[in-house]
Amino acid sequence: MTTISVEKSRVVRSGRRFMSGDIACAEGALAVGCRFFAGYPITPATEIAEHMARRLPEIGGVYIQMEDEIASMAAVIGASYVGVKAMTATSGPGFSLMMENIGLALMTETPCVIVNVMRGGPSTGQPTMPGQQDVMQARWGSHGDYEIIALAPSSVQEMFDLTVEAFNLAETYRVPVFVLADEIVGHMWERVTIPETESIKIVNRKKPRVPPSNEFAPFKPDQDLVPPMAVFGDGYRFHATGLTHDERGYPRTESAEAQTRLVQRLCNKIRKNVEKIIRVENIMLEDAEVAVVAYGIAARAALSAVRKARATGIKAGLLRPVTLWPFPEEQVAQVARRVKAIVVPEMNCGQIVREVERAAKETSVIFLSKLGEEPHKPDEILDAIRGVEK
Amino acid sequence: MEELPHPYEKFLRKDRIPHIWCEGCGNGIILNCFARALDELSVDLNKVVVVSGIGCIGRVSGYTNTDSFHTTHGRPIAFATGVKLANPELKVVVISGDGDLFAIGGNHFIHAARRNLDIPVICANNFIYGMTGGQSGSTTPLDTWTTTTPYGNIEQAFNLVHLAAACGAVYAARWTTLHTCWLTESIKKALQKEGFSFIEVVSQCPEIFGRYNKMETSLKMMQWFKDASEVQHFSDPAKAEITPHHIVVGEFVDIEKPSYGRLLREMKARVVEKK
Repeated sequence: MTTISVEKSRVVRSGRRFMSGDIACAEGALAVGCRFFAGYPITPATEIAEHMARRLPEIGGVYIQMEDEIASMAAVIGASYVGVKAMTATSGPGFSLMMENIGLALMTETPCVIVNVMRGGPSTGQPTMPGQQDVMQARWGSHGDYEIIALAPSSVQEMFDLTVEAFNLAETYRVPVFVLADEIVGHMWERVTIPETESIKIVNRKKPRVPPSNEFAPFKPDQDLVPPMAVFGDGYRFHATGLTHDERGYPRTESAEAQTRLVQRLCNKIRKNVEKIIRVENIMLEDAEVAVVAYGIAARAALSAVRKARATGIKAGLLRPVTLWPFPEEQVAQVARRVKAIVVPEMNCGQIVREVERAAKETSVIFLSKLGEEPHKPDEILDAIRGVEK
Repeated sequence: MEELPHPYEKFLRKDRIPHIWCEGCGNGIILNCFARALDELSVDLNKVVVVSGIGCIGRVSGYTNTDSFHTTHGRPIAFATGVKLANPELKVVVISGDGDLFAIGGNHFIHAARRNLDIPVICANNFIYGMTGGQSGSTTPLDTWTTTTPYGNIEQAFNLVHLAAACGAVYAARWTTLHTCWLTESIKKALQKEGFSFIEVVSQCPEIFGRYNKMETSLKMMQWFKDASEVQHFSDPAKAEITPHHIVVGEFVDIEKPSYGRLLREMKARVVEKK
């Protein structure tokens, strides 16, 4: 790639800064090495694109506004195949259009990051209002069977941190990784501490350890089930396809064995690494009798509610999944065995609550739905906690 | 007897041959002309990326001995955009079909042409959806029979070279699979051109299109190409018709205009200098 050398200081804007979640997300991407952004304007994610359009040319990267989100996702995959860390950012309607090529990224094991700053749906819905309505779409939105990774930031700081982490996970497992933010986290301005360049953890994909040859197998996995990734232009002359393929990358459209082998590996490379991937935040859960499970913006009100409950002598705690997919089933199950009930506030009609119910088994689960402009108020969650204690 | 190697063997993945195309299909001719163009230009195959979409010709990327990617339906140009911009040193070529590039992928074509993205696009136009068994598409001529136009096609067809010219392509040509020398020369030109170039190859599908439209052999289809074709270089692409009696072929556009790649490079240099 024709890169223009610049001082590292210009890439990572280390120090304490005041910025919006969308801008923090873009800065996180740049800090971890993202040098390609393809997108399409959409509220409330546009600011990520705008910031990338300004910043990427300064540091030798490429920003392009594509004709739609289908094309954006395709271009991201293309850039990733020449070894460049690439991303896009969107919201619900664009996320729907991206689903086709998110499937292609899964099938061709393309490291990339897709940020969805969630707004109210379905369809055009409420563009400027927050929502958490796309979490099941993130899990199941593209056709076929697969496993996916999705992270849910609940602060501007996490928009930076989790974008960094999303790229590292994408590079580690050769998968598209989602950052599932929401309109409030995206548009909110908060203080962010951006680390020094040297202290930012950067993971780069594994490269082939064999020289180019006629026998090169671009999809032959290592022990960890992840194949090293060759780069277009490096002489490997390899093939990739959205069709079911063998380790050479060649289509195997009629072999049950090839289909089973490939699809199971695509699932297993995530399933067998859930312990390494999943991150949750446990707050005051040790002795809790009531637990709240909340993510994204809803977790902010939930934390406030838990503190208020504690102040009145109710033993409440918060389990905040930072990783939404794969879902922290085991972590929820452990908490469920110890508490009387679990309260789940979500800005949708009930999505992650289904996962919580599945993990909680006999423990009762109370769902607090919220749609529209305002997120949950701490007192609404507090009332539900109090209801359990009565 | 000693087996002679095929002259363009090095351009093919031998372990992928035989190909899946029907006997008499025009795709092999297009692939052959592409290989010949690469050969005559002595292009470094390590720096070529062939991108295709879905459909019969979509399988071509699996046969070329270069880096290659077989995208989702309609998206090869969008994918190629990412490859080309992330590594401008690569020669990125899109080879796909009329349904892939102009029906489901039409939006990507018109915008890549408008941007003047530095890629050649070669379209095999067989007037029909072959892989799915013969449905009509955006290039199916009026009155022809397909499995989804059992009473004759009542939709107007795209004029692809006119479309390319209108969208800003710096090079646009149309040939049939009979015009192999012209086609090879056009591919060579497109590979060297700065900006977006487009080549339409009118190609025979004797198994389906031909069979249902009274041209059931490759020979009969190519006889049509021979009898109907007329070379009209730099004539008005709007008038470049394809009818049962007249197929206008030739080069229609060959102009110079700064490409997206050049403008991007210049913009980046300006930005870095300013900082």
